[in-house]
Amino acid sequence: MTTVSARLGAPVRHRPWVVFCCRRAARLVVALFVVVTASFAMIRLIPGDPVRAALGVDAPPDLVAAKRRELGLDRGLPEQYWQHLRRLARGDLGVSLVTGEPVADLVRARLPATLLLAVLAFACVLVVALPGGLLAAVWTRGRRRPRAELAFTATTSVLAGVPDFVLAAGLTAGLAVALPVLPVAGDLGPRSYVLPVLALALAPTAVLLRIVRVETLKVLAADYVRAARAKRLPALRLHLRHVAPNALTASLTFAGNLLPALIAGTVLVEKVFAWPGIGSAMAQSVAAQDYAVVEASVLVLGSSVLVVNFLVDLALALLDPRSVIRKT
Amino acid sequence: MGVITLAMLGSLAVLAVAGAVVWGQQADRPDPSAVLRGPTAGHPLGTDRLGRDLLARLLAATWPSLLPAVAATLLGAAAGITLGALTAVVGGRAARLLGALINLLLAFPALLVAMFFAALFGAGAGGAVFALAVACAPGFARITQTLAAQVAGTDFMAAARVLGLRRHRLLLRHVLPHIAEPLMLNTAVAAGSALVALSGLSFLGLGVQPPSYDWGLMLSQGLDRIYTEPLPAVAPGIAIVYATVAFQLLGEMLAGAAVRQARPRPEEEPVAHAARADRPASTDHVLEVEDLRVVLPTADGVVRPVRGVTLTLRRGELVGLVGESGSGKSLAALAVADLLPDDARVTWTTHRFLGADAESLTREQRRRQLATGMALIFQNPASAFNPSLRLGRQMTEAVRAHRGTPRAEAVEQALAQLQRVGLPAGRRLLRSRPFQLSGGQRQRVAIAAASMMRPDLIIADEPTTALDVTVQRQIMDLLRRVRREDATAILFISHDIALVADACDRVLVMYGGTIVENLPARELAAGARHPYTRMLVASVPDLAADRDPPPLTIEGGPPDPCGTAPGCPFHDRCPHRLDRCAVDSPVLSPLRPEHEVACWRPLPAAPLGGARETEEVEK
Repeated sequence: MTTVSARLGAPVRHRPWVVFCCRRAARLVVALFVVVTASFAMIRLIPGDPVRAALGVDAPPDLVAAKRRELGLDRGLPEQYWQHLRRLARGDLGVSLVTGEPVADLVRARLPATLLLAVLAFACVLVVALPGGLLAAVWTRGRRRPRAELAFTATTSVLAGVPDFVLAAGLTAGLAVALPVLPVAGDLGPRSYVLPVLALALAPTAVLLRIVRVETLKVLAADYVRAARAKRLPALRLHLRHVAPNALTASLTFAGNLLPALIAGTVLVEKVFAWPGIGSAMAQSVAAQDYAVVEASVLVLGSSVLVVNFLVDLALALLDPRSVIRKT
Repeated sequence: MGVITLAMLGSLAVLAVAGAVVWGQQADRPDPSAVLRGPTAGHPLGTDRLGRDLLARLLAATWPSLLPAVAATLLGAAAGITLGALTAVVGGRAARLLGALINLLLAFPALLVAMFFAALFGAGAGGAVFALAVACAPGFARITQTLAAQVAGTDFMAAARVLGLRRHRLLLRHVLPHIAEPLMLNTAVAAGSALVALSGLSFLGLGVQPPSYDWGLMLSQGLDRIYTEPLPAVAPGIAIVYATVAFQLLGEMLAGAAVRQARPRPEEEPVAHAARADRPASTDHVLEVEDLRVVLPTADGVVRPVRGVTLTLRRGELVGLVGESGSGKSLAALAVADLLPDDARVTWTTHRFLGADAESLTREQRRRQLATGMALIFQNPASAFNPSLRLGRQMTEAVRAHRGTPRAEAVEQALAQLQRVGLPAGRRLLRSRPFQLSGGQRQRVAIAAASMMRPDLIIADEPTTALDVTVQRQIMDLLRRVRREDATAILFISHDIALVADACDRVLVMYGGTIVENLPARELAAGARHPYTRMLVASVPDLAADRDPPPLTIEGGPPDPCGTAPGCPFHDRCPHRLDRCAVDSPVLSPLRPEHEVACWRPLPAAPLGGARETEEVEK
């Protein structure tokens, strides 16, 4: 009796959770530090003089020198770095080299549009791929329908190969110009989300469909599913209760890895749809050589990806506590 | 699939080499009289701002689009593989540091890293290639690290380390060759993504700079006029997709090559030859199976693991089914329970459960009959429970589904069953998950769960094999108790003949997919008549009365389950074989009541010292 209770008690202790959270938090801090340092280094490592490049070749030397002083580029590197950190702590991202406006305002105005786009696309990926992959696995398990399996593999591998910005261009050409039913540029209400979200979500959906199918096939072959079959439960209950939870926790780990790439993918898609997000701001400032904005965009996008990664890890740990116990 | 892939890759290669030579001049020739034209007969895709033909530019851009992508992939692969493989050969702390570094780099999406470095290295093809190489290296490092960790754990790596091989030799000679195949596959897929990323960089203005051009830049330029003329943007897009899909398919082809090579060839199954014996259905018999056969398609061709099994179980009888691993005992049991894998084919002449023929019932009737009449206990208690469901639900769901028992009542039943198998902390146990229990506890729960339905038959497939010896005895005692109290017939599958002889009423000995002997368990030690049973008994020291000679081992290996050779499956290992044994296979036939044997020349019953007798015969 005592041994039973001791065994039951052991994994519920809080230690693995504390260890897990501390490790992940430490990793997040180190990674954020790398992003901050990289964004700091960027403007200083770029070949040539970014200030002169931004102001134009024929800008008077006084103006260039004044701008450099304003940015603190004339001081020693350690001091510059310290100033950089203090400014970031205040939420000050500097001013645009071209327009002279505070970059923080630009980020505040544009980041929500980007994140909304990414989150919506991610939601679409999950809503389609999780049940779809599950159904595909049940449908094609044990080589029951080789033709359906081949069709599934071929379709998903072609769709997974379509880059988001190419798809975006194709959608613009097809759905918006030739067959004008949906707005093609800018944020003009809910209907204008359709095309950017579709462009962002299609390839990751195809990838996740394949992953969910493979994970489900693994679960279908597991001993405990055979044991559940031995109970002759109705097929729907068997699949929803015994197969789906296990297949989905494994698949969600992969899905979590797709989200950062989705955020990065917004940069290209936003450019096609002239979406008022941080990505298109970055693309424009790259063209205008406005490195203060590029620096801030790298910092903001990089940190959002890291924070999202961290949250996904925590969510997965909550969903599947065994993996936490195993890893830590 | 393979042909399509090769055709796509071939066309890309030809275009890459010939494109610039054939269309290069035309692509660079400006025509001020035909600026920004739409598609015409002379210019199928139209012209650009300087009046240059877009189709020629598209074709000529194959080389400048593909070469940087391939170059970046190879550079990134070289760096990443080196980094990842190093983790397998350097010492512990350095390996951990490298692992942490790879983790850190992987936290950033490759596209973002590529954009950052492309901006840093300066816009242009060279900068973009290096940026992309940096961006895709961590992915290669991670996959190499994972693969190399598997190699590093193998015995030959340990041996090589003991021999004092230098690190770079370990890496080149031992680690890399073993992981080359999955790495090649990954490289093919990565080349596709590199092409996309490079086009994306050019599209953003960070890659190829005018007057050079590639597909990404052409797409970007086409996008400016997409509202008037979609084709100049769509055509380079199609080119990018075509090349990406070609690389993806190459990856699929490499991955699928091994699988396809091993696809089984469907073969005609010889018709079951035994005549149908119409024995009357007996109410005393829980299960009657005659000439049960199972055919499984596998990677190495068609396997016949079960080749004519005949068995009968009476109510409340505890029957042992023994045999070596691979003798087909588990598959025979799964066939009886209707739980074979989807691709298995099963045939029989009689299959009667609880007096009802399997053919005479509809699918739904049979499902109901099996649900309430039969329960299974599996070999590995660690994997037989669903890890994500609480034990309470797993124990009660069958009675709730098939008997419509209300939740509270089902829980009470479960508590009573747990009490019976010696687990009194029932309520807490029902709330816990499988991983919180030990193997012995889990197998007790499995027995409790199997008896929830009060089934007429429990099939226990090696329920004690994964447990240690003291727990084995407890589990056996529990099974006997269930049999005694509920009058449940139990088919106990095991390879432990000593355990079976000790606990069961009757023993079925299985060899090469057939039952070779059926005898009361008490006669096993002295009364076995089949040479295989005799040798099996002799190989267990505590069953043979005389312990002086060392325990026997049976020479040779079990028969090939794919083989179709006629004759007795045991004939090539049998010391008593006749010429006939290689040609004709013997059928299980009664020697006397309660004792059947499938042998052309059953050994005489020996009262004592089975081991010595067999040994003498062998001499």
